[in-house]
Amino acid sequence: MSVEVVLFYIFAAVAVVSAILLITRKNVVHSAVCLAATLLSVAGIFLTLHAEFLAGVQVIVYVGGILVLFVFVIMLISVEKTIHERQFGRGWMIGLIAALLLVSELGFVVWRGRDSLVLANPAAPAESPLGLTGNSQLVGEALYTNYLLPFEIASILLLVAIVGAVALAKRKTQAE
Amino acid sequence: MVPIHHFLFLGAALFTIGVIGVLTRKNILVILMSIELMMNAVNINLIAFAGHLGQTAGQIFAIFVITVAAAEAAVGLGIVIAMFKNKETMNINEIDLMKW
Repeated sequence: MSVEVVLFYIFAAVAVVSAILLITRKNVVHSAVCLAATLLSVAGIFLTLHAEFLAGVQVIVYVGGILVLFVFVIMLISVEKTIHERQFGRGWMIGLIAALLLVSELGFVVWRGRDSLVLANPAAPAESPLGLTGNSQLVGEALYTNYLLPFEIASILLLVAIVGAVALAKRKTQAE
Repeated sequence: MVPIHHFLFLGAALFTIGVIGVLTRKNILVILMSIELMMNAVNINLIAFAGHLGQTAGQIFAIFVITVAAAEAAVGLGIVIAMFKNKETMNINEIDLMKW
């Protein structure tokens, strides 16, 4: 077994365990820390798949951006009050059964089709028209040539999200 | 080399944990975190296939998923703040103004 394989299973175990802790902890701060562990181990899994650029984006955007946003919101609300409330809704049993059905279905389908996922002749690395090598170069080249329009649409989406978030947060409440 | 169906199993497990979190928890922040978890599971599948097929298209789509996740987190947390200013609660059962 190579280092990659061992690292994949370690990262996968950390991701799953901290994801389970995320949804079971009472304190939201603990959940946020567990989310950080999950996101960082997913970044590690991206590294074992040789998607180095995505691993960097994962750490910067998710852990450095979204998670910090979560922590700010947790600081703005009162955590102490929410700890003593009931954490699970009345229908939690139904939700759990539905989710277990979902995972058994997904697992069964993947297990049945596992042989069809293996390529007869392993794919060669993507050929770059500009003769570039390296993950970041390949991703950047594809992003700015073939996927330029989706890229611009994504930037418009981010602009709309920024404006929407500011508009939502600035709105006057009834009390004021 | 890790067989690809192990990545798919990991993606399915993380996605299902996210579904359980969304369906069973009552704290809206934990629900938003579970949604992020589900988006990560999708990203694992996309990048596993990208690596398996030797293509960069899967990684591009993963970047778009991350973009959508960032936008969703910003707007979702804005809604949470506005909600907390109005009702002083994080419990989704108490936010039932539009419930029939």
